[in-house]
Amino acid sequence: MATTTLHPAAQTYRSTLYEWLTTTDHKKIGILYLINSMIFFISGGILALVVRLQLALPANSSTMGGLVSDDFYNQAFTMHASFMLFLFIIPILAGFGNYAVPLQIGAPDMAFPRINALSFWMLPLGGLLMASGFLVSGGAAASGWTEYPPLSAGFDPTTGLQYNGTGTDLWIMGLVLIGTSSILGAINFLVTIFKMRAPGMTLFRMSILTWTVLVTSVLVLMATPVLTSALIMLFIDRNYGGQFFVAGPGGGQVVLYQNVFWFYSHPAVYIMILPAMGIVSEVLPVFSRKPLFGYKAFVFATVGIGALGFSVWAHHMFTTGQVFLPFFSLMTFLIAVPTGVKMFNWIATLWRGKLVFSTPLLFAFGFLMMFLIGGLNGAFSAAVPVDFALHDTYWVVAHLHYVLFGGSVFGVFAGIYYWFPKMTGRMLDETLGKVQFVLMFIGFNLTFFPMHQLGLLGMPRRIAQYASNAGWSELNQIATIGGFVIAASVLPFLWNVLVSLRSGKIAGDDPWEANTLEWATSSPPPPYNFDHLPEIRSERPVFDARHRRTAATSTASH
Amino acid sequence: MSTDATALTPNYEHDVIDTHHGIGTPVLGMLLFITSEVMFFAGLFAAYFTLRADAQAWPPKEFANILVPFTLFTESGALNLIVPMTILLITSSFTCQLGVWGIRRDDHTAFRRNFAVTIVLGALFLLMEMYDWSVLFHEGLSMSTTTFGTTYFTLTGFHGAHVFGGVVMLSVVLYRGLAGQFSSRHYDMVEATSLYWHFVDVVWILLFSVLYVL
Repeated sequence: MATTTLHPAAQTYRSTLYEWLTTTDHKKIGILYLINSMIFFISGGILALVVRLQLALPANSSTMGGLVSDDFYNQAFTMHASFMLFLFIIPILAGFGNYAVPLQIGAPDMAFPRINALSFWMLPLGGLLMASGFLVSGGAAASGWTEYPPLSAGFDPTTGLQYNGTGTDLWIMGLVLIGTSSILGAINFLVTIFKMRAPGMTLFRMSILTWTVLVTSVLVLMATPVLTSALIMLFIDRNYGGQFFVAGPGGGQVVLYQNVFWFYSHPAVYIMILPAMGIVSEVLPVFSRKPLFGYKAFVFATVGIGALGFSVWAHHMFTTGQVFLPFFSLMTFLIAVPTGVKMFNWIATLWRGKLVFSTPLLFAFGFLMMFLIGGLNGAFSAAVPVDFALHDTYWVVAHLHYVLFGGSVFGVFAGIYYWFPKMTGRMLDETLGKVQFVLMFIGFNLTFFPMHQLGLLGMPRRIAQYASNAGWSELNQIATIGGFVIAASVLPFLWNVLVSLRSGKIAGDDPWEANTLEWATSSPPPPYNFDHLPEIRSERPVFDARHRRTAATSTASH
Repeated sequence: MSTDATALTPNYEHDVIDTHHGIGTPVLGMLLFITSEVMFFAGLFAAYFTLRADAQAWPPKEFANILVPFTLFTESGALNLIVPMTILLITSSFTCQLGVWGIRRDDHTAFRRNFAVTIVLGALFLLMEMYDWSVLFHEGLSMSTTTFGTTYFTLTGFHGAHVFGGVVMLSVVLYRGLAGQFSSRHYDMVEATSLYWHFVDVVWILLFSVLYVL
């Protein structure tokens, strides 16, 4: 027989676990990002509780019957910040981008699906490398998340002191991996947005989240490699006798590290907030039943923040005496302008809207209020004399938590409640959601508002102990109680996810009557996302389709 | 009914945007990746210029005579390969581009030969750089010899690592080319790899100017 028969590929059995571990589907990878980030959110949160417990009492030290040694305290706050910034906020926002952007532009997947899987899997790897510092002698990285030399530079030839052990090297290599993951992700987002948009989806018809992911990706692409270079120079100094940051004759400059580090880390704060702004800008129009007020103004403000973001890094270094103060102060005030524009966009969107008080809107409100405070107390610190007084005090801790927790984290939870129905096909429970919001809102303010006063009273950040007569005890105790309220607020959330996955209300394609394309497909969407797309003639194609159909049927019935 | 039909078959007259022509997806991805690489080297160069501005003598006096570009031998009689290396790498950029032009007009022989030559030139560059480093080590210049040694070896080392990466990529492309996977209609990967190779070349020209000439 000279015939060739083509056998259909044998039906192979793939376990769900295998499916998830090897997936290149952007939706599954997006969900993996969220899960991985939540694990590090909880780990970082536990470390924060260690910090708060330590500070609850003055002069608290393990030698005096306190909770942890000063050494472990340093590791705790360093790893708390590293987990929260690099392994929670940045990746979870990338996770939302991964899930939503291809859907919102009407694409079947990301441009490079396998590179997408690679960028995800580098994250747990980098995170484990970082966390494995706790297992080696000398412990994890302990010089603060900024890892300034000389504290982080290892061996100091002038004093003969070994500051830091292998933990810092693990931290550096972990962060290089995480950074590479970010860069590959950013390239993927940019190519996807430029090459994979559906017919009719012009740039100015893209959802605001897509715009913020676009600008964020440019920031990642331009800034993160500079962090990589800073980390590699630090690694060379620590391990191969490099002289980059070792002061002394023939030696390098300590402040050089700060310059290169903040050239990344200031744009990074916009990497950490812009997609959260995008999420809030998706939620507010849907739950106030109005289009976003000033779509183009919002887009230009986002681009403006991205551009100005590269010219303000040295405001972290005012007190070094090595930066040109007027320039960086002015630029820092300037960057408050586009942020203010967005604030007006959001308020005007709500104005006279028909508000639907679902949990996503509550978290978006939380974002608006807390981010406003964070923005204002940040603008204070842009004034050089104020900054000199407040530098490295708890004021800064209050400011960054109002922006990154009050801003980004509230935005993240708004996003989770908003897209959970799309991701799983089931609604999260509204009552538990509201309980979580109220607890988190109260706990957050209880923890971080007193830190403003602590900063004004002169309490420096990153100290393990303080004198009982410093007058900081009560405020610290309030903050510690607040920290546990925040921790308690995460429990109803976890319970909510577990219960709703099994028995939540069935969501349907479009439970919120939303605007953007992801709501035009089923929940959860099929592989490759769309069977057919609605016409795209504005930034609200699903809204258009819904109302055109209503209009058409009503004309027909008359 | 009619609304659903238009939804299924979009037929837009004036606002069709064509995202499928123009620059190819792999090429755009590579250009963006090169952007990130530029920023990585920018960080290292920033450190170099900052430290150089601070230094008393650059390079340190005892090494001033072994880092002269335009002689063929150092004072101790070792070969000074820095100019030949530079010429090799610049030539390899041309051969690489000739290979791309070859595949564009479906001239597979030109594409394969030129890429093979490019790979050989890249590998030769790496061997010569290793020799050059050994001469410098022999003269006593090392990573910990003031900030000059640190920046010199970091910059040339990371450039060398990128040349190595480029040689690997070129080899993959050549292998796929020998398997007949490219044609004048399908050569995005060839184009993307050549862009990376040109980038590595440009970094070397900058490094050579900054480390040896300026």
